[in-house]
Amino acid sequence: MAEPQFLVHSPKDNVGVVVIENLAKGTDMLGVVTEDDSTLNLKSEADIPIGHKVALVDLKEGDTIIKYGEDIGKMVGPAEKGGHVHTHNMKTKRW
Amino acid sequence: MSNEKIMAYRRENGRVGVRNHVVILPVDDISNACCENVAKNIQGTMALPHAYGRLQFGEDLELHFRTMIGTGSNPNVAAVIVIGIEPGWTNKIVEGIRATGKPCEGFWIEQYGDIDTTARASRKAKEFVHWASELQREECDMSELWVSTKCGESDTTTGLGSCPTVGNMYDKLLPKGIYGVFGETSEITGAEHICEKRAANPEAAAKFMKIFQAYQDEVIEPFKTDDLSDSQPTKGNIEGGLTTIEEKAMGNLEKIGRTSTYIDALGPAEAPEKGAGLYFMDTSSAAAECVTLMAAAGYVVHTFPTGQGNIVGNPIVPVIKISANPRTVRTMSEHIDCDVSGILKRTQTISDAGDALIEMIRRTSNGRMTAAEALGHREFVMTKLYRSA
Repeated sequence: MAEPQFLVHSPKDNVGVVVIENLAKGTDMLGVVTEDDSTLNLKSEADIPIGHKVALVDLKEGDTIIKYGEDIGKMVGPAEKGGHVHTHNMKTKRW
Repeated sequence: MSNEKIMAYRRENGRVGVRNHVVILPVDDISNACCENVAKNIQGTMALPHAYGRLQFGEDLELHFRTMIGTGSNPNVAAVIVIGIEPGWTNKIVEGIRATGKPCEGFWIEQYGDIDTTARASRKAKEFVHWASELQREECDMSELWVSTKCGESDTTTGLGSCPTVGNMYDKLLPKGIYGVFGETSEITGAEHICEKRAANPEAAAKFMKIFQAYQDEVIEPFKTDDLSDSQPTKGNIEGGLTTIEEKAMGNLEKIGRTSTYIDALGPAEAPEKGAGLYFMDTSSAAAECVTLMAAAGYVVHTFPTGQGNIVGNPIVPVIKISANPRTVRTMSEHIDCDVSGILKRTQTISDAGDALIEMIRRTSNGRMTAAEALGHREFVMTKLYRSA
């Protein structure tokens, strides 16, 4: 298999993790879901640093983010499919 | 799994150690100078200076004694010189360490002064070094190891790669009879419901939840700030792509694998008493504090997944660094013992990475110095529960 540009923990997740350096906006990416080895394709809509999250679907303020198949926080701003999800548009529900 | 025998030190109480330190242990902050002078006089000894030990009381003082006695009692330590300002607390620690059967001698400074105390303690330390340096490693079973874990400077690659590597190691070695421990009470926030379910029995689950809730009630609620003032997640976590404490907690729990369950929940530095298996320990998530507490509980090898590159070590326990982040293993290679970045490229499975870690544990137990040992990382940090009297 070709090396993936992003990995997803669970099929339930709405974000993935970029696993290569210097990912540029507009890249046609291959993703692998580690839980079941299924693959998906996605176009990056931003320059996303290694380790940072990419939206798998269009996300809007108030949406719950699912990673590892679990609730890891909520959107406080929008992200389009293929966009960057991080502290600028997402926050904890805890503190 | 490769060779299941290791060459290690069999201590007087039967425990297996993988290092052979002669430690000069200060009871309190003001005895650090004397301990450091003894360590300068006698090669092959190591002073463990720290910041506390005066006017502590109650549970906080009990933790201080438990950490001191536990550190001296650790099987990686051959013999101990204890130096305090006065004989009362000094002798309490000496007696605690002597219960293991290892050589331990106490000295106190009042009515002697630093110079005379240093001279007498140095002569005894020299005796201990001669004795310890002739001890031989002998064949032991790898299953006799006590292996702790705690991650640091985590990022999203720790949850994908290095933490599941540790989890895979536990899933393979715990059934063979090792002791394991994980902790980081604050970094389970958001995954506490999952951690609760990973208890082996309802008592352990209830004990974990009580510890978790006490931390929320006593520490977080009275003092909390937005994202805990960039401490949860840390600046490094955020640089690495982690956005929330819940996301960090999910990655953290990957360290206990898929099938492992914990049989008890321990207080900080508390030695496990329910036999071989996995334990939870109530600890801070600060690396040096957590590793120090686990070493004081008797663990002899530490496995430390890192994403962005936490460089922590411990004076008496080898800290094995595991990273799956390709940038970190390139830019900070001198700190990494076990490169599992192939997991992100899908060229290495989690099981292969677990086997590589087990092999590194075996080599480290046989005497290979870890990156942190070679680089001189000896962070010894006591946990303080509240202000002194």
